[in-house]
Amino acid sequence: MIEIKDLHKSYQMGSNSLHVLKGINFSVKEGELVSIMGSSGSGKSTLLNILGMLDEADTGSYFLDGMPIKNLNEKIAAKYRNQFLGFIFQSFNLITYKNAIDNVALPLYYQGIKRKERIEKGMHYLSKVGLADWATHLPNELSGGQKQRVAIARALASEPKVLLADEPTGALDTKTSYEVMELIQGINDEGKTILIVTHEPDIADMTKRIVNLKDGVIIDDTIVKQVKAAAYV
Amino acid sequence: MFNRDQWSEILEALTANWFRTLLTAFGVFWGIFILVILLAAGKGLENGVKQGFGDIATNTMFMWTQTASKPYKGLPKGRRFDFKIGDVASIRDQVPGLEYISPRNRLGGFRGTNNVTRGLNTGAFNVFGDYPEIIRQDPISITSGRFINYGDIGNRRKVAVIGEGVKKELFPDGEEPIGDYIKIQGVSFMVIGTYTKRNNNGDAEEGQKEIYVPFTSFSQAFNFGDRVGWMAITAKDNESISELKDDIIEVVKTNHKIHPEDNRAVGNFDLYEEFNKVNGLFIALNGVAYFVGVLILLSGIIGISNIMLIVVKERTKEIGIRRALGASPWAVRGQILLESIFLTIISGMTGIAASTGIIYLINKMLEGNPDSKDTMFANPSVDLVVIFVALVILITSGLLAGLIPAQVAIKTKPIDALRTE
Repeated sequence: MIEIKDLHKSYQMGSNSLHVLKGINFSVKEGELVSIMGSSGSGKSTLLNILGMLDEADTGSYFLDGMPIKNLNEKIAAKYRNQFLGFIFQSFNLITYKNAIDNVALPLYYQGIKRKERIEKGMHYLSKVGLADWATHLPNELSGGQKQRVAIARALASEPKVLLADEPTGALDTKTSYEVMELIQGINDEGKTILIVTHEPDIADMTKRIVNLKDGVIIDDTIVKQVKAAAYV
Repeated sequence: MFNRDQWSEILEALTANWFRTLLTAFGVFWGIFILVILLAAGKGLENGVKQGFGDIATNTMFMWTQTASKPYKGLPKGRRFDFKIGDVASIRDQVPGLEYISPRNRLGGFRGTNNVTRGLNTGAFNVFGDYPEIIRQDPISITSGRFINYGDIGNRRKVAVIGEGVKKELFPDGEEPIGDYIKIQGVSFMVIGTYTKRNNNGDAEEGQKEIYVPFTSFSQAFNFGDRVGWMAITAKDNESISELKDDIIEVVKTNHKIHPEDNRAVGNFDLYEEFNKVNGLFIALNGVAYFVGVLILLSGIIGISNIMLIVVKERTKEIGIRRALGASPWAVRGQILLESIFLTIISGMTGIAASTGIIYLINKMLEGNPDSKDTMFANPSVDLVVIFVALVILITSGLLAGLIPAQVAIKTKPIDALRTE
């Protein structure tokens, strides 16, 4: 599903150049649930941004579902993001003045889908994350876990090939974190490819494969035995 | 582009901070308000002044004799002379492009002695000896009877057309003047018509106290011979009297043995030139109105641009989220542009409505006030064209106002936009 070869990325910090990714080789097959770990500054978020087409690599190749991702202009990048990727953020990033269902339906809006159909689809995913009753609530009326579940529903709404989660449990307490992980595992069990960036080992243990990043290189890439979050909830 | 969601988002964004939106909108409102009011005021002044010209055909000049200021062909300077009736024919022969040439004579004058009597009533009135065409050059409205015709001219009939003011003084008891006789300097004339005249240079009262008699009978009755007091000459519609003026004066100079370079012998007043000067004044006035109005409008538009920049800054993160979810740069840009155009048009329309409302009120007041006929201000108004131009200015300026903020909105990379808190 994802093929990365020899990826380099450096940032210009004033006169200094900060080499963040120093040759990443990495591939993810369909249906995998991968966590990317590393201390802060290891380049894991940068990697996720490049995977998410929010940022572009300096050199190296990136194939998503067999399609080369390079030299994208903003218009095409936006289209690819909309069609192929779903984002889950640490700070949820819901639009504050839109209610839950409108937030979920937003990616569909950018696909040009009619309002009625958007709401239908949005409701489907909202009930999938167990929040059908909260559809008309604004984000500030929801708890952190609920917000993240709305965000997950939103990420799923456009039926992407890959879900990218950047510290999805970073702003949540342990119990809520496990609830969210349970949801993510459930989605993965249905066959969705998911990448999670995290620095919490217990969260990483709930994935099927852990990739360790340090100073811009992968130092470790192991398949692990998945711990079901449901066991803790 | 024009779907419900986009509009609800525009409204959400604009209503998020009512006070700020209102202040911003006021800038544009005020600009367009001032622009329309200024243009309407200019138009009102123009209408008022042009009304002062009355109904006189503006492509007209008046020409009279003065004294020769240069000796010529053995004739001394300081010589007095008069136009003769023959001059009319020679002008018509030698200067093409003239519509009417009316020789005129006059008795009496402003504060003249009583010269007209009827029974026991007397009065001092201007008495003109005229050709029928004069009614086309200095129009009067015949209220009863008829005006002078060529039958009167040919037969030298002693008939008179009197103003309503004359009628009031000579026929005080509401008697019917037509068919009755009045005595002008002892000569009896039969009244054949009455008239009223539109306001002309503010002497509306004086204008109603005039008497028109046929030119030929006037000359005979009052011993004018073939003398002509002055002439009113109107050019054809596609000619300019100002251009023909020199040729006309040339003809009478030759006829009366005046030095060709004697500029003082023939006096003239070119109504067309005056009219053009006034016209020019109003074109300049209009220009000033546009200049001032557009500048004020511009400051309003800069205000909108400014606010949109702030809005974009405030919404950086939101824009980042939208772009992560697949909003194309044009979707973002279009949103900002629509917002700014919407705000400009709404506030601009309000401005137009408010200013036309004010103009309507002023018009009402002017109508209700009888004295307003004599003021130099009438019927302030704006063309639909002006409104249309204002709208075009508004839409383009709304677009311009949104352009920079919209560019700012998409310049930030989605990743940077997401990081801002």
